[in-house]
Amino acid sequence: MITQAIFIIVSLFTLVTALLVVRHPNLFSSALYLVASFFGVASLYVLLEADFLAVVQVMVYIGAISILIIFAIMLSKGMMGKHTSPHNQQDRWVALAGLLLAIILLYFLVALVQWPTTPVGPVPANAIQLLGQDLVGRFVMPFEIASVLLLAALIGAIAIAREREI
Amino acid sequence: MLKQFGFLGVHAIIALSVPLLGIVAAWLLRPKKPYPLKKTTYECGMETIGDTWVQFKAQYYLFALIFVLFDVEAVFLFPWAVAYNKLTLFGLVEGILFVLILFAGLIYAWKRNALEWQ
Repeated sequence: MITQAIFIIVSLFTLVTALLVVRHPNLFSSALYLVASFFGVASLYVLLEADFLAVVQVMVYIGAISILIIFAIMLSKGMMGKHTSPHNQQDRWVALAGLLLAIILLYFLVALVQWPTTPVGPVPANAIQLLGQDLVGRFVMPFEIASVLLLAALIGAIAIAREREI
Repeated sequence: MLKQFGFLGVHAIIALSVPLLGIVAAWLLRPKKPYPLKKTTYECGMETIGDTWVQFKAQYYLFALIFVLFDVEAVFLFPWAVAYNKLTLFGLVEGILFVLILFAGLIYAWKRNALEWQ
């Protein structure tokens, strides 16, 4: 009962801040509302008892990706005025199209897909430890490939940023 | 598990309400007599020179990008470190290999002077 109340509050918070990200006239404020929205999503993960995902959400999205977005805004010239967020003149039609798409997608997801309804049981207390063991056990190839992927992204980022010096 | 996060939620609410209480109390108690000089922007008691919003150097973006990549690496290493006591030698070596592959990336960034301030 309390969990449900917290869920409703957290979802409302996430939705309102997400709407403000889109609607706020100042781009920098939009970025800050995005951080708040990420916090809401992290709280939703906590309510689902996916605490590792919540930690990842806080570390990667709030800690790193929002910093990247804020830097990108502060790097761009002419982004510091009062009304910096590009305004869409067709926003009513976009809202209508978005609503229609949401209704169609929800119809397909809720009515047509047979979701498994049996409870999967409680989350084990040592879930993160089991995940760690599986990362270097059963899923060792994806784990190492992730490392190579990160290396490729790092080299790619530096190569693009330092293109002129080659 | 949810109960432990409940404590975190209570802490968050207290942490948010302390500065909010201060701001609201100041807003209620202070006299409101604004005049043009009072509303000007200042910095450490001095008048600001130029615009308060300055354009940042593009170098910051490269640092942020590298930071994101190593942050994701830390996320992968976190469960590995939690399971450290239960790992086989193979698992331990695989984790070290993961770090070594990304260490090559750090050396590359170093060699290309991506870590230097210009």
